[in-house]
Amino acid sequence: MKKNNSVLLSLPYILWMLAFTLIPLCVVGYYAVTDPTTGAFSLDHLKDLGIYLPVLGRSIGYCLVSALICLLIGYPVAYYMAHRTPLVQKMLYMLVMLPMCMSFLLRTLAWVGLLQDTGIINDFLGLFGIGPLKLIRTPGAVVLGMVYNYLPYMILPLYTTISKIDHRLIEAAQDLGCNSVQTFYRVILPLSVPGILSGVTMVFVPTVSTFYISQKLGSTDTVLIGDVIERLFKQANDPNMGAALSLVLMVLVFVCTGIMNRFGSEEEGSVVV
Amino acid sequence: MSKELIRLRGLTMEFDGERILDGIDLYINDHEFLTLLGPSGCGKTTTLRIIGGFLTPTSGTVTFDGEVINDVPPYKRQINTVFQRYALFPHLNVFDNIAFGLRVAKVPKEEVDRRVERMLEIVSLKGYGHRAVGALSGGQQQRVAIARALVNEPKVLLLDEPLGALDLRLRKDMQNELKRIQQATGITFIYVTHDQEEALSMSDTVVVMDKGRIQQIGRPEDIYNEPKNAFVADFIGESNILDGIMLSDYRVKFFGRAFECVDKGFAENEPVDVVIRPEDIDIVAPEEGHLVGTVTSVTFKGLNYDIIVEFKGFKWLIQTTDFHGVGATIGIRLNPEDIHIMHKSEYSGLFGDYSSYSAEYDELTEDAGDEEE
Repeated sequence: MKKNNSVLLSLPYILWMLAFTLIPLCVVGYYAVTDPTTGAFSLDHLKDLGIYLPVLGRSIGYCLVSALICLLIGYPVAYYMAHRTPLVQKMLYMLVMLPMCMSFLLRTLAWVGLLQDTGIINDFLGLFGIGPLKLIRTPGAVVLGMVYNYLPYMILPLYTTISKIDHRLIEAAQDLGCNSVQTFYRVILPLSVPGILSGVTMVFVPTVSTFYISQKLGSTDTVLIGDVIERLFKQANDPNMGAALSLVLMVLVFVCTGIMNRFGSEEEGSVVV
Repeated sequence: MSKELIRLRGLTMEFDGERILDGIDLYINDHEFLTLLGPSGCGKTTTLRIIGGFLTPTSGTVTFDGEVINDVPPYKRQINTVFQRYALFPHLNVFDNIAFGLRVAKVPKEEVDRRVERMLEIVSLKGYGHRAVGALSGGQQQRVAIARALVNEPKVLLLDEPLGALDLRLRKDMQNELKRIQQATGITFIYVTHDQEEALSMSDTVVVMDKGRIQQIGRPEDIYNEPKNAFVADFIGESNILDGIMLSDYRVKFFGRAFECVDKGFAENEPVDVVIRPEDIDIVAPEEGHLVGTVTSVTFKGLNYDIIVEFKGFKWLIQTTDFHGVGATIGIRLNPEDIHIMHKSEYSGLFGDYSSYSAEYDELTEDAGDEEE
């Protein structure tokens, strides 16, 4: 009886998922393995995906670099947050969340205004006779855009995990002879692993399929897999190829997160994502 | 044998203007099993944490082996701690938890293996090395925590209510185990508990604390038999505490009657607290008794009956193996050695009256008093 009730309660979401996730997914799958002219089963698109391998590699590279930078920036912040008084914690939490209240598109466009050749940064540098520097349309600008947009997604899970670490474990480590550096890498860091994995996943998954950031901040040399997919659907009018590429990307993301979780559950005995 | 190892001089501790410790003076000998005993909030855990180096006292000094160690951080002290509820590292298995301190100290691998294996044997966990600590029972986790501290062969082991989370039977076993380990290793144990029975049965020396002050220091027998004030008398076992007047050496008057006692050295006619332990009272026929009273309640306790007897409006607790029903009139006799005389203190009049006695209430308060940070 109870079980039936809970199914009933989750019915709206189940229907939603069915209509807007599962069915479209099937459509993508269908397009990926059919010939557009005859409508017959065909693996040609999947075979032709080889030409996108460099783009795929570049996408993964950019995303890993972004996730790593997010981690390096985010971890100290999260650690600092977790060790403040509850009131300060709440305020810092709000601050971290604040950029997320602004539209993603707007935030990215703002970087264009900052970085472009006649942008604010170059204008400012010009006052000192420097530049204009080539800031926009570089790989650095793309990574910057990714880090800026997805940093909160790294900080929040890290903060949650670190603030849950029992303070007595830190005292126990000190008691057993650890100075603060040893305490960090022997106890605090291993216990942060679930948060790190969760944060890396939260940054990696959306960045690997992003297309807007690279279009606005990147150049033709920084085209990412998301851009290619968008182009295939819109400009190139080749939904079959786009579907095939989407499918491969999705499988790839699944495999990546799966590997990370497997690694995490071996370390920790728990899965967090 | 009894070389002084640790000395606390005039320790005070204040948090947000609240005085937690108020002038603690105490020395601890090498190889000693010393227990800090008191109700929650008495300052016993704070004292332990100061010795461990996790707190710096507001004033006063901690001396270890002749050196002041106030500012020595925990990781540089030859002291290890068994924490309240263990604080085992959840990301490490049993073996790695125990090996933790040795690895930090860069002990060679073969020696780590040898010492951890030996430790596993000592705490009866042989073969458990590869288990996850989360999969162990409370008693097993407790033993891992003890092994993790002991394997470093510290000079002093601090134990903060280590048995608090265990059930009664396991607690008794672990008490024996701890006592055995302490005697086998010769390591100085400083043990914190609010359980008076635990303190009496394990310790060489018991330090009774309340309100941030030491109330009494002594061997368990002395603390029990010669409590210094009403607080100690009440906290260590059950006590009937009455107002009395010391007539002269060896003579005390209470309930309008003079009794012979074994205490001396009080001023003439000094008002005193008189302690009579419930198990020391002999029940006799009414006509033979020093005092005659009426039974008002009877509780069966297994070993004995707890009976409440009213004497002239004042209720006493008496423990007896013979049944006396409610309403029965009984007489009691008091031998000189059953009467303990104490100077009046700030605690006089607060304890030792069983007028509102309730067995249930007693158990409730016992359970409540275990949390202290």
